[in-house]
Amino acid sequence: MSRDWKIKTIYLAVVGALTALAAVQFYQHRHYQLPIIAGPGVTKVTNLSDYCESLRGTMADTKVFFLEGKEPGGKVLVMANTHATEIDAILAALIFIENAVVEKGTVIVIPQFNHSASRTTKPGDGYPLFFEIPTAWGSKKFRLGDRGASPLEQWPDPDVYVHYPDRQLLSFLDARNTNRTWPGRPDGPLMERVTYAAMQLLRTEQVDLAIDVHGAETMFPVTNCIVAPEKSMRLATMASLTVKAMEGFENHVEPSPQGFRGLSHREIGDFSETLPFLLEAPFPFLDQPTGPKTIDLLLTGKDSFLLSLARQKKLFVPYDETGWPVSRRVGQHCSVTLEIINQFSRKNVGRAIVISNVPRYAEIVENGVGHYYHDPRQAPKESIYQN
Amino acid sequence: MSLIMIFYHALSVFTAGLLLWNFIREKEDREKMLLYLLVLLPFILRILWIR
Repeated sequence: MSRDWKIKTIYLAVVGALTALAAVQFYQHRHYQLPIIAGPGVTKVTNLSDYCESLRGTMADTKVFFLEGKEPGGKVLVMANTHATEIDAILAALIFIENAVVEKGTVIVIPQFNHSASRTTKPGDGYPLFFEIPTAWGSKKFRLGDRGASPLEQWPDPDVYVHYPDRQLLSFLDARNTNRTWPGRPDGPLMERVTYAAMQLLRTEQVDLAIDVHGAETMFPVTNCIVAPEKSMRLATMASLTVKAMEGFENHVEPSPQGFRGLSHREIGDFSETLPFLLEAPFPFLDQPTGPKTIDLLLTGKDSFLLSLARQKKLFVPYDETGWPVSRRVGQHCSVTLEIINQFSRKNVGRAIVISNVPRYAEIVENGVGHYYHDPRQAPKESIYQN
Repeated sequence: MSLIMIFYHALSVFTAGLLLWNFIREKEDREKMLLYLLVLLPFILRILWIR
Protein backbone atom coordinates (compact mmCIF):
# COMPACT_ATOMS: atom_id res chain seq x y z
CA MET A 1 0.00 0.00 0.00
CA SER A 2 1.35 3.41 -1.00
CA ARG A 3 1.91 6.10 1.63
CA ASP A 4 -0.94 8.33 0.46
CA TRP A 5 -3.36 5.38 0.63
CA LYS A 6 -2.29 4.64 4.21
CA ILE A 7 -3.29 8.19 5.15
CA LYS A 8 -6.46 7.95 3.10
CA THR A 9 -7.43 4.74 4.87
CA ILE A 10 -7.01 6.40 8.26
CA TYR A 11 -9.07 9.41 7.12
CA LEU A 12 -11.77 7.14 5.69
CA ALA A 13 -11.97 5.21 8.96
CA VAL A 14 -12.26 8.37 11.09
CA VAL A 15 -14.78 10.19 8.87
CA GLY A 16 -16.66 6.92 8.28
CA ALA A 17 -17.00 6.46 12.04
CA LEU A 18 -18.21 10.06 12.45
CA THR A 19 -20.72 9.58 9.62
CA ALA A 20 -22.01 6.35 11.17
CA LEU A 21 -22.34 8.00 14.60
CA ALA A 22 -24.27 10.95 13.14
CA ALA A 23 -26.40 8.66 10.97
CA VAL A 24 -27.45 6.46 13.90
CA GLN A 25 -28.36 9.45 16.10
CA PHE A 26 -30.31 11.30 13.41
CA TYR A 27 -32.05 8.08 12.28
CA GLN A 28 -33.14 7.31 15.85
CA HIS A 29 -34.44 10.88 16.25
CA ARG A 30 -36.36 10.85 12.95
CA HIS A 31 -37.99 7.49 13.67
CA TYR A 32 -38.68 7.80 17.42
CA GLN A 33 -42.42 7.45 18.06
CA LEU A 34 -43.97 9.52 20.82
CA PRO A 35 -46.71 7.55 22.61
CA ILE A 36 -49.76 9.75 23.12
CA ILE A 37 -52.38 8.32 25.45
CA ALA A 38 -55.95 9.14 24.55
CA GLY A 39 -57.58 10.10 27.83
CA PRO A 40 -61.21 9.68 28.95
CA GLY A 41 -62.44 12.58 26.80
CA VAL A 42 -61.07 11.37 23.47
CA THR A 43 -63.88 10.07 21.27
CA LYS A 44 -62.08 9.63 17.95
CA VAL A 45 -58.64 10.02 16.41
CA THR A 46 -58.24 10.84 12.73
CA ASN A 47 -55.49 12.05 10.42
CA LEU A 48 -55.04 15.54 9.02
CA SER A 49 -54.90 13.95 5.56
CA ASP A 50 -58.63 13.21 5.92
CA TYR A 51 -59.04 16.90 5.04
CA CYS A 52 -56.48 17.00 2.21
CA GLU A 53 -55.87 13.80 0.27
CA SER A 54 -52.48 14.95 -1.06
CA LEU A 55 -51.09 14.80 2.51
CA ARG A 56 -51.80 11.08 2.88
CA GLY A 57 -48.75 8.85 3.14
CA THR A 58 -46.36 11.77 3.70
CA MET A 59 -44.33 12.53 6.82
CA ALA A 60 -46.36 15.74 7.11
CA ASP A 61 -49.55 13.84 7.94
CA THR A 62 -50.39 13.94 11.64
CA LYS A 63 -52.91 12.76 14.21
CA VAL A 64 -56.02 14.79 15.09
CA PHE A 65 -57.68 14.05 18.44
CA PHE A 66 -61.40 14.76 18.89
CA LEU A 67 -62.87 15.20 22.37
CA GLU A 68 -66.64 15.38 21.88
CA GLY A 69 -69.06 16.22 24.65
CA LYS A 70 -72.39 14.50 25.25
CA GLU A 71 -74.19 17.78 24.61
CA PRO A 72 -73.78 19.70 21.34
CA GLY A 73 -72.04 23.05 21.52
CA GLY A 74 -69.23 25.04 19.99
CA LYS A 75 -65.92 23.72 18.69
CA VAL A 76 -62.33 24.70 19.41
CA LEU A 77 -59.16 23.59 17.62
CA VAL A 78 -55.90 23.62 19.62
CA MET A 79 -52.75 23.36 17.50
CA ALA A 80 -49.33 22.63 18.99
CA ASN A 81 -45.88 22.23 17.46
CA THR A 82 -46.51 24.60 14.58
CA HIS A 83 -42.89 25.29 15.49
CA ALA A 84 -41.47 22.04 16.86
CA THR A 85 -38.75 23.83 18.84
CA GLU A 86 -41.37 25.48 21.05
CA ILE A 87 -41.96 22.52 23.35
CA ASP A 88 -44.48 24.06 25.74
CA ALA A 89 -47.14 23.81 23.06
CA ILE A 90 -47.06 20.02 22.75
CA LEU A 91 -46.70 19.64 26.52
CA ALA A 92 -49.91 21.65 27.02
CA ALA A 93 -51.69 19.82 24.18
CA LEU A 94 -50.90 16.44 25.76
CA ILE A 95 -52.35 17.61 29.07
CA PHE A 96 -55.62 18.28 27.21
CA ILE A 97 -55.56 14.96 25.30
CA GLU A 98 -54.68 12.82 28.33
CA ASN A 99 -56.95 14.50 30.90
CA ALA A 100 -59.71 16.69 29.50
CA VAL A 101 -63.32 15.64 29.77
CA VAL A 102 -65.66 17.62 27.54
CA GLU A 103 -69.18 18.06 28.87
CA LYS A 104 -70.47 20.23 26.04
CA GLY A 105 -69.16 21.02 22.56
CA THR A 106 -66.00 19.64 20.96
CA VAL A 107 -62.30 20.12 21.54
CA ILE A 108 -60.02 19.15 18.64
CA VAL A 109 -56.30 18.87 19.34
CA ILE A 110 -53.45 18.52 16.85
CA PRO A 111 -50.40 17.92 19.08
CA GLN A 112 -47.80 17.89 16.28
CA PHE A 113 -49.09 20.26 13.65
CA ASN A 114 -45.80 20.44 11.73
CA HIS A 115 -45.09 16.74 12.09
CA SER A 116 -42.16 16.82 9.67
CA ALA A 117 -40.47 19.58 11.72
CA SER A 118 -40.66 17.41 14.83
CA ARG A 119 -38.50 14.82 13.06
CA THR A 120 -35.53 17.06 12.27
CA THR A 121 -33.35 19.40 14.30
CA LYS A 122 -32.05 22.91 13.87
CA PRO A 123 -28.70 22.75 12.06
CA GLY A 124 -25.75 24.55 13.56
CA ASP A 125 -27.08 25.45 17.00
CA GLY A 126 -26.19 22.27 18.90
CA TYR A 127 -29.77 21.56 19.96
CA PRO A 128 -30.38 18.34 21.94
CA LEU A 129 -32.20 15.65 19.94
CA PHE A 130 -34.50 14.62 22.78
CA PHE A 131 -35.70 15.89 26.15
CA GLU A 132 -37.49 14.17 29.01
CA ILE A 133 -40.21 15.33 31.38
CA PRO A 134 -40.03 13.70 34.83
CA THR A 135 -43.21 11.97 35.99
CA ALA A 136 -44.26 9.86 38.98
CA TRP A 137 -43.73 6.68 36.90
CA GLY A 138 -40.39 7.59 35.26
CA SER A 139 -39.92 10.11 32.49
CA LYS A 140 -41.65 10.85 29.21
CA LYS A 141 -39.30 11.25 26.26
CA PHE A 142 -39.99 13.74 23.47
CA ARG A 143 -38.26 14.62 20.20
CA LEU A 144 -37.00 18.21 20.04
CA GLY A 145 -37.74 19.41 16.53
CA ASP A 146 -37.00 22.38 14.33
CA ARG A 147 -38.91 25.57 13.45
CA GLY A 148 -39.48 24.44 9.88
CA ALA A 149 -40.21 21.15 8.17
CA SER A 150 -37.42 18.74 7.32
CA PRO A 151 -35.79 19.27 3.91
CA LEU A 152 -36.28 15.53 3.46
CA GLU A 153 -39.97 16.30 2.95
CA GLN A 154 -39.79 19.64 1.15
CA TRP A 155 -36.69 20.55 -0.80
CA PRO A 156 -35.16 22.70 -2.25
CA ASP A 157 -36.04 26.01 -0.59
CA PRO A 158 -36.88 28.76 -3.08
CA ASP A 159 -34.73 31.92 -3.24
CA VAL A 160 -37.75 33.82 -1.96
CA TYR A 161 -40.99 32.30 -0.69
CA VAL A 162 -43.93 33.81 -2.58
CA HIS A 163 -46.95 33.54 -0.30
CA TYR A 164 -50.16 32.14 -1.72
CA PRO A 165 -52.58 33.80 -2.50
CA ASP A 166 -51.26 37.29 -1.63
CA ARG A 167 -47.92 36.92 -3.45
CA GLN A 168 -46.15 38.70 -0.59
CA LEU A 169 -42.41 37.97 -0.67
CA LEU A 170 -41.25 36.17 2.48
CA SER A 171 -37.96 34.64 3.59
CA PHE A 172 -36.93 31.48 1.73
CA LEU A 173 -36.97 29.61 5.07
CA ASP A 174 -40.67 30.34 5.49
CA ALA A 175 -41.59 27.94 2.70
CA ARG A 176 -41.14 25.23 5.37
CA ASN A 177 -42.70 27.26 8.21
CA THR A 178 -46.34 26.34 8.87
CA ASN A 179 -46.92 29.72 10.44
CA ARG A 180 -46.27 31.44 7.09
CA THR A 181 -48.04 29.10 4.69
CA TRP A 182 -51.67 29.77 5.71
CA PRO A 183 -54.24 29.49 4.16
CA GLY A 184 -52.44 27.02 1.89
CA ARG A 185 -53.61 25.15 -1.21
CA PRO A 186 -54.15 21.45 -1.94
CA ASP A 187 -51.58 21.28 -4.74
CA GLY A 188 -48.92 23.60 -3.31
CA PRO A 189 -45.67 22.75 -1.52
CA LEU A 190 -46.14 20.23 1.29
CA MET A 191 -46.39 22.78 4.11
CA GLU A 192 -49.09 24.69 2.20
CA ARG A 193 -50.99 21.39 2.03
CA VAL A 194 -50.70 21.05 5.83
CA THR A 195 -52.24 24.47 6.44
CA TYR A 196 -54.82 23.89 3.69
CA ALA A 197 -55.89 20.67 5.45
CA ALA A 198 -56.28 22.60 8.71
CA MET A 199 -58.34 25.27 6.92
CA GLN A 200 -60.57 22.51 5.51
CA LEU A 201 -60.93 21.04 9.01
CA LEU A 202 -61.98 24.45 10.36
CA ARG A 203 -64.51 24.95 7.54
CA THR A 204 -66.03 21.47 7.40
CA GLU A 205 -66.23 21.00 11.18
CA GLN A 206 -67.49 24.59 11.60
CA VAL A 207 -64.94 25.33 14.29
CA ASP A 208 -65.57 28.47 16.35
CA LEU A 209 -62.12 29.03 17.88
CA ALA A 210 -58.59 28.16 16.68
CA ILE A 211 -55.76 28.42 19.20
CA ASP A 212 -52.22 28.11 17.85
CA VAL A 213 -49.80 27.58 20.75
CA HIS A 214 -46.19 28.88 20.57
CA GLY A 215 -43.21 30.10 22.57
CA ALA A 216 -41.13 33.21 21.91
CA GLU A 217 -37.79 34.70 22.87
CA THR A 218 -37.64 36.96 25.92
CA MET A 219 -35.83 39.55 23.74
CA PHE A 220 -38.65 39.54 21.17
CA PRO A 221 -41.45 42.08 21.77
CA VAL A 222 -44.22 39.66 20.73
CA THR A 223 -43.80 37.40 23.74
CA ASN A 224 -45.92 36.49 26.74
CA CYS A 225 -49.04 37.47 24.86
CA ILE A 226 -52.14 36.53 22.90
CA VAL A 227 -51.94 37.61 19.25
CA ALA A 228 -55.40 38.27 17.85
CA PRO A 229 -56.94 39.88 14.77
CA GLU A 230 -59.72 42.46 15.02
CA LYS A 231 -62.51 39.85 15.14
CA SER A 232 -60.91 37.97 18.08
CA MET A 233 -59.69 41.04 19.96
CA ARG A 234 -62.56 41.32 22.42
CA LEU A 235 -62.28 37.70 23.58
CA ALA A 236 -58.48 37.93 23.77
CA THR A 237 -58.67 41.07 25.89
CA MET A 238 -61.20 39.52 28.25
CA ALA A 239 -59.07 36.39 28.60
CA SER A 240 -55.94 38.46 29.23
CA LEU A 241 -57.60 40.60 31.90
CA THR A 242 -59.17 37.57 33.57
CA VAL A 243 -56.00 35.52 33.91
CA LYS A 244 -54.20 38.56 35.29
CA ALA A 245 -56.94 39.26 37.85
CA MET A 246 -57.73 35.68 38.81
CA GLU A 247 -54.44 33.84 38.35
CA GLY A 248 -51.86 36.59 38.73
CA PHE A 249 -49.83 36.34 35.54
CA GLU A 250 -49.38 38.80 32.69
CA ASN A 251 -50.38 37.83 29.15
CA HIS A 252 -51.00 40.98 27.15
CA VAL A 253 -52.75 41.23 23.79
CA GLU A 254 -50.97 42.00 20.53
CA PRO A 255 -52.88 42.94 17.37
CA SER A 256 -52.38 40.67 14.37
CA PRO A 257 -50.79 42.82 11.64
CA GLN A 258 -52.98 43.10 8.53
CA GLY A 259 -50.06 43.46 6.13
CA PHE A 260 -48.03 40.43 7.26
CA ARG A 261 -49.39 37.42 5.44
CA GLY A 262 -49.28 33.68 6.01
CA LEU A 263 -49.71 33.71 9.80
CA SER A 264 -52.39 31.58 11.44
CA HIS A 265 -53.83 34.49 13.45
CA ARG A 266 -54.27 36.47 10.24
CA GLU A 267 -55.29 34.00 7.54
CA ILE A 268 -57.63 31.77 9.60
CA GLY A 269 -59.67 34.85 10.44
CA ASP A 270 -59.65 36.17 6.88
CA PHE A 271 -60.42 32.85 5.15
CA SER A 272 -62.95 31.26 7.52
CA GLU A 273 -65.60 32.05 10.11
CA THR A 274 -63.29 30.84 12.91
CA LEU A 275 -61.87 33.22 15.51
CA PRO A 276 -58.09 32.70 15.63
CA PHE A 277 -55.69 33.26 18.54
CA LEU A 278 -51.95 32.68 18.82
CA LEU A 279 -50.47 32.17 22.29
CA GLU A 280 -46.88 33.04 23.11
CA ALA A 281 -45.17 32.09 26.38
CA PRO A 282 -41.64 33.34 27.11
CA PHE A 283 -39.18 30.69 25.95
CA PRO A 284 -35.55 31.62 26.84
CA PHE A 285 -34.12 28.61 24.99
CA LEU A 286 -34.80 30.41 21.69
CA ASP A 287 -32.96 33.61 22.66
CA GLN A 288 -29.70 34.10 20.81
CA PRO A 289 -27.37 35.42 23.55
CA THR A 290 -27.57 32.42 25.86
CA GLY A 291 -25.09 29.79 26.99
CA PRO A 292 -25.14 26.31 25.44
CA LYS A 293 -28.54 25.03 24.28
CA THR A 294 -28.86 22.37 26.95
CA ILE A 295 -31.84 20.38 28.18
CA ASP A 296 -31.51 22.26 31.47
CA LEU A 297 -31.95 25.60 29.68
CA LEU A 298 -34.87 24.12 27.73
CA LEU A 299 -36.72 23.08 30.89
CA THR A 300 -35.72 25.73 33.45
CA GLY A 301 -35.20 28.77 31.24
CA LYS A 302 -32.31 29.80 33.51
CA ASP A 303 -29.42 31.57 31.81
CA SER A 304 -26.79 33.92 33.23
CA PHE A 305 -26.50 35.97 30.01
CA LEU A 306 -30.23 36.62 29.96
CA LEU A 307 -30.10 37.52 33.66
CA SER A 308 -27.44 40.12 32.88
CA LEU A 309 -29.55 41.47 30.01
CA ALA A 310 -32.62 41.60 32.29
CA ARG A 311 -30.66 43.81 34.72
CA GLN A 312 -29.95 46.13 31.77
CA LYS A 313 -33.70 46.11 30.95
CA LYS A 314 -33.16 44.53 27.54
CA LEU A 315 -35.84 41.85 27.90
CA PHE A 316 -39.57 42.17 27.24
CA VAL A 317 -40.59 40.00 30.21
CA PRO A 318 -39.67 39.95 33.91
CA TYR A 319 -36.65 37.68 34.42
CA ASP A 320 -34.76 36.71 37.56
CA GLU A 321 -32.72 33.80 38.99
CA THR A 322 -35.73 31.50 38.75
CA GLY A 323 -35.71 31.72 34.92
CA TRP A 324 -38.91 30.70 33.10
CA PRO A 325 -39.50 27.05 34.07
CA VAL A 326 -41.52 24.75 31.84
CA SER A 327 -44.29 24.44 34.45
CA ARG A 328 -44.99 28.19 34.36
CA ARG A 329 -44.96 28.30 30.56
CA VAL A 330 -47.24 25.28 30.13
CA GLY A 331 -49.45 26.48 32.99
CA GLN A 332 -49.96 29.80 31.21
CA HIS A 333 -50.88 28.06 27.96
CA CYS A 334 -53.46 25.83 29.68
CA SER A 335 -55.02 28.70 31.62
CA VAL A 336 -55.17 31.11 28.66
CA THR A 337 -56.64 28.41 26.40
CA LEU A 338 -59.29 27.56 28.99
CA GLU A 339 -60.04 31.23 29.55
CA ILE A 340 -60.51 32.00 25.84
CA ILE A 341 -62.93 29.06 25.65
CA ASN A 342 -64.67 30.26 28.82
CA GLN A 343 -65.07 33.83 27.54
CA PHE A 344 -66.41 32.58 24.20
CA SER A 345 -68.88 30.29 25.98
CA ARG A 346 -70.18 33.14 28.14
CA LYS A 347 -70.93 35.26 25.08
CA ASN A 348 -72.29 32.38 22.94
CA VAL A 349 -74.41 30.23 25.22
CA GLY A 350 -75.79 28.13 22.36
CA ARG A 351 -72.26 27.34 21.17
CA ALA A 352 -70.74 26.94 24.64
CA ILE A 353 -67.80 24.56 25.20
CA VAL A 354 -67.56 23.11 28.69
CA ILE A 355 -64.38 21.28 29.72
CA SER A 356 -63.35 19.76 33.03
CA ASN A 357 -60.25 18.05 34.41
CA VAL A 358 -57.69 20.33 32.75
CA PRO A 359 -55.36 21.90 35.32
CA ARG A 360 -54.76 25.63 35.42
CA TYR A 361 -51.61 27.66 35.97
CA ALA A 362 -51.27 27.35 39.76
CA GLU A 363 -51.87 23.58 39.76
CA ILE A 364 -49.31 22.93 37.04
CA VAL A 365 -46.71 25.14 38.76
CA GLU A 366 -47.33 23.25 42.00
CA ASN A 367 -47.45 19.70 40.61
CA GLY A 368 -45.16 19.95 37.60
CA VAL A 369 -46.05 19.14 33.99
CA GLY A 370 -45.21 15.42 34.25
CA HIS A 371 -47.86 14.95 36.94
CA TYR A 372 -50.53 15.03 34.20
CA TYR A 373 -49.03 12.39 31.89
CA HIS A 374 -50.02 8.74 32.19
CA ASP A 375 -47.78 5.71 32.06
CA PRO A 376 -48.01 4.08 28.60
CA ARG A 377 -47.19 0.71 30.22
CA GLN A 378 -50.37 0.92 32.33
CA ALA A 379 -52.61 2.34 29.59
CA PRO A 380 -54.84 0.10 27.42
CA LYS A 381 -53.07 -0.57 24.13
CA GLU A 382 -55.96 0.72 22.05
CA SER A 383 -55.66 4.12 23.74
CA ILE A 384 -52.02 4.64 22.75
CA TYR A 385 -51.30 6.51 19.52
CA GLN A 386 -47.75 6.74 18.20
CA ASN A 387 -47.08 10.07 16.56
CA MET B 1 -41.93 12.90 -4.08
CA SER B 2 -41.93 15.85 -6.47
CA LEU B 3 -39.79 15.86 -9.61
CA ILE B 4 -37.65 18.72 -8.34
CA MET B 5 -36.84 16.79 -5.13
CA ILE B 6 -35.75 13.78 -7.20
CA PHE B 7 -33.59 16.12 -9.30
CA TYR B 8 -31.97 17.67 -6.21
CA HIS B 9 -31.25 14.24 -4.73
CA ALA B 10 -29.67 13.21 -8.02
CA LEU B 11 -27.53 16.36 -7.75
CA SER B 12 -26.48 15.27 -4.25
CA VAL B 13 -25.41 11.87 -5.56
CA PHE B 14 -23.45 13.58 -8.36
CA THR B 15 -21.73 16.00 -5.93
CA ALA B 16 -20.88 13.16 -3.54
CA GLY B 17 -19.38 11.25 -6.47
CA LEU B 18 -17.27 14.28 -7.43
CA LEU B 19 -15.99 14.66 -3.87
CA LEU B 20 -15.11 10.98 -3.63
CA TRP B 21 -13.39 11.07 -7.01
CA ASN B 22 -11.32 14.11 -5.95
CA PHE B 23 -10.41 12.36 -2.70
CA ILE B 24 -9.18 9.29 -4.62
CA ARG B 25 -7.20 11.41 -7.08
CA GLU B 26 -5.52 13.60 -4.46
CA LYS B 27 -1.96 12.35 -3.89
CA GLU B 28 -0.10 15.13 -2.05
CA ASP B 29 -2.26 17.49 0.00
CA ARG B 30 -3.42 15.71 3.18
CA GLU B 31 -5.53 18.67 4.26
CA LYS B 32 -7.51 18.53 1.01
CA MET B 33 -7.99 14.77 1.41
CA LEU B 34 -9.59 15.33 4.82
CA LEU B 35 -11.67 18.28 3.62
CA TYR B 36 -13.14 16.28 0.74
CA LEU B 37 -14.35 13.65 3.21
CA LEU B 38 -15.70 16.13 5.74
CA VAL B 39 -17.68 17.94 3.02
CA LEU B 40 -18.93 14.57 1.82
CA LEU B 41 -20.47 13.71 5.23
CA PRO B 42 -23.74 15.73 4.97
CA PHE B 43 -24.23 14.57 1.37
CA ILE B 44 -24.08 10.94 2.54
CA LEU B 45 -26.72 11.66 5.21
CA ARG B 46 -28.95 13.33 2.62
CA ILE B 47 -28.55 10.52 0.09
CA LEU B 48 -29.41 7.93 2.76
CA TRP B 49 -32.54 9.96 3.62
CA ILE B 50 -31.45 10.43 7.21
CA ARG B 51 -30.87 14.17 7.49
